[in-house]
Amino acid sequence: MQIKPIISALKHHKAGTLLIAMQVALTLAIVCNALFIIRQRIEHLSRPTGIEESQLLTIANHWVGKKEDDYSPAKVDVAALRQIPGVVDAYSTNAYPLIGNGWKSGVRKDPQAKDQVGVSAVYFVDDHALPTLGLKLVAGRNFRADEIGEMGQNGNPDAPIIIITKAFADKAFPDGSALGKPLYLGTRGGRPSIVIGVVERLESPSPEDEGAESQYTTLVPWRLNRDFSSFVVRTQPGQLDAVAKAAPAALSAVTRMRVIPDDGVQTFAEVREAAYKSDHGMVELMAAVCVVLLAITASGIVGLTSFWVGQRRKQIGVRRALGATKRDILSYFLTENLLISLLGVVVGTVLGIGLNLWMMAQFEMNRLTMNYVLTGVVALLLLGQAAVLAPALRASRVSPVEATRTV
Amino acid sequence: MFSYYFQLGLRSLRRNPLLTALMVMAIGFGVAASMTTWSVFRVTSGNPIPQKSSSLFIAQVDNYGQGNNDAGEPLPWLTYTDAMALMHAHQAKRQTALYAIATSAVPADPQRLAFPARGYATYGDFFAMFDVPFLFGSGWSASDDEAHASVVVIGRELNEKIFAGANSVGREINLDGVNYRVVGVTDRWEVRPRFFDLDNRGGFGVAGQVYLPFTRALDLRLKTASGITCNRDVGSGWESFLHSDCVWVSLWAELPTAADAERYRQFLYGYAAQQQRTGRFGWAPNVRLRDVMQWLSYRHVVPKEAQISLLVAFSFLLICLVNTAGLLLAKFMRRAPEIGVRRALGASKLAVYMQFMIEAASVGLAGAVLGLLLTGLGMLCVDRVFDPSIAKLAHIDLSLVGLTIVVSVLSTLLAAFYPTWRAAQVQPAWQLKSN
Repeated sequence: MQIKPIISALKHHKAGTLLIAMQVALTLAIVCNALFIIRQRIEHLSRPTGIEESQLLTIANHWVGKKEDDYSPAKVDVAALRQIPGVVDAYSTNAYPLIGNGWKSGVRKDPQAKDQVGVSAVYFVDDHALPTLGLKLVAGRNFRADEIGEMGQNGNPDAPIIIITKAFADKAFPDGSALGKPLYLGTRGGRPSIVIGVVERLESPSPEDEGAESQYTTLVPWRLNRDFSSFVVRTQPGQLDAVAKAAPAALSAVTRMRVIPDDGVQTFAEVREAAYKSDHGMVELMAAVCVVLLAITASGIVGLTSFWVGQRRKQIGVRRALGATKRDILSYFLTENLLISLLGVVVGTVLGIGLNLWMMAQFEMNRLTMNYVLTGVVALLLLGQAAVLAPALRASRVSPVEATRTV
Repeated sequence: MFSYYFQLGLRSLRRNPLLTALMVMAIGFGVAASMTTWSVFRVTSGNPIPQKSSSLFIAQVDNYGQGNNDAGEPLPWLTYTDAMALMHAHQAKRQTALYAIATSAVPADPQRLAFPARGYATYGDFFAMFDVPFLFGSGWSASDDEAHASVVVIGRELNEKIFAGANSVGREINLDGVNYRVVGVTDRWEVRPRFFDLDNRGGFGVAGQVYLPFTRALDLRLKTASGITCNRDVGSGWESFLHSDCVWVSLWAELPTAADAERYRQFLYGYAAQQQRTGRFGWAPNVRLRDVMQWLSYRHVVPKEAQISLLVAFSFLLICLVNTAGLLLAKFMRRAPEIGVRRALGASKLAVYMQFMIEAASVGLAGAVLGLLLTGLGMLCVDRVFDPSIAKLAHIDLSLVGLTIVVSVLSTLLAAFYPTWRAAQVQPAWQLKSN
């Protein structure tokens, strides 16, 4: 197959050639970025929280008229929750993974140092948190009931003992075990907190947290002395709905001076769905955009190639009369499309990378890796060949007699 | 003439229904994607208070210094100490310190459960500054602020829940076990984004239903319902919290003219310089005074999803247009002989332009109809991508319908421009000869 005659033929159809190439280029730029966004969002939403999410229930609660210096009523409430039939365990906390916002604290190894070893999410919990969440201890032990303290509103979360995640332990103590070592939570000059346990994995409250930071988490054995709290309840299999109904009533029986919002009782599955809703939405949106875009580009190629075939029936007839086989005609159109598409993907690669760079600057997006561009390139080249096949086959069926017809 | 060209156009479009359908679908999809994302973008990027947005300013004073502040920028909130100093200086026409509060409304009927009522602790100037509409009564006075008066302004919804919608001015309401005298009931106040409350669902959360005097709220030790950021040890107890370096208060000032704003900026700078001299700040004055739109842009109120999807949708429309241009080119050039005959019979180039532009416009109109239908469908799916509080704001109104039609027709004409130009260039003699 000779390329030269194809190129000289294309020179007579500059506008059409450029329009198809441009469409391929723009489609590639959008599709490879959309694929990249899809992949990023899927990676984000399939991140494990580290807890056993089935059979978990969360309850948002606000105590009416509680002053900051009053002791937390959580202890009585949690005791009432644990009495409900079907409940395996329950605890009270300021936050849990995927809830959205929570407490974060700088952590130091030296109380006077200016620099922190990291910023850790802080969960205020009691000794029931580990069994309720189903967290796996990889070293050390859980809190004991007699180690649970109370905390005022303004202070540091510098409890005498803490449990941290393995990711945070590795970050703070890269050279050895964290067990028994002190960390300093909160502002400079705080009191030491001895690490008594390390859990395998536990995510921070915000699904927005990225990378390793989302795994820097500390459990503090204190009841936070605020006027709100979340309860996390583990139920027996099949009891989730029954407990969801019984829990607000059980809490109201303790005291009516509380508010549980209308959407305050949620299964963890609902929490997860709400947390990653926009990620799911973006995946669907981008997938839809890719499919429709590819379809439109394919239709454009079919349309324009059909026109060219119609326009060149005479020339095709002449070539056939001069001895060109059907195969020659078919491969002519396939090669022609390949050349145009190649021009398109070269420009499209530049555009796609440019778009990614711009989005990196605007939306703190990550750098596009080459496999997405390559996937897009292969997809568009194949799409072009597939789209051109039907008109090309029609061209190959043009009879040599056609050469003698007109004029 | 026009209707004749329109008929010619329809006939030509009917001659090749598949090609026509492809073009209409491309335009329809492109326009619908753009309009759906635009409907979300416009609600998130709109001006919440257009009549005053350039005269309302939020003050920021760097309380942390280089290395601890937000990459050179002061944190979005102020300390209680700075907010009070700025309030007492009275350098603006009106000013209010404010923070979000979460209270519980306790109905008088002991059988009914308490329910959450979010709101703000503000100064009396708040209502006039932000043009808050009142159903009954009004805001409170400056003397109420000074007297730490136990008064409250409630929202229409709360008034309906507690007082069944009656004029409740002068009656008492129980919040968190404390009684307040109602002095005003605000009407529905659809200011979005809520530029003074951006930490609640990015400014799209439910409207506040309770407004308490700032001075009274502090007496009752009401904590902020939004963020608190602290840099140094706070100590324990309310007083030490108030006088700590924790930032949690916003300060808004009304400065009607540019000169007022400049004067206030100087004042802020002078205040920070004075704090540096007294040794409270160990760094050069680092202050900001942003008006409403600058503040919204600085705080990135428009969600990332809204921007990315708008960008993708408009690129999508662009591709659809390139596609349409290609198809129209094919369609028009196929009719070169016909054009040749028309030109030979005396039609001017302008007539050819007219004929083909009208044909393209009819494709654009058909695209607009499909686009409107698909936009309607898209609206139903908006809540799959965006936060429900934002998704419910996106809606189709007359201006969006108009915009859809205009964008659809104009973009099709744009796409048709080159093919039409080519059609008008057809040489009648050459065409007649070759046929």
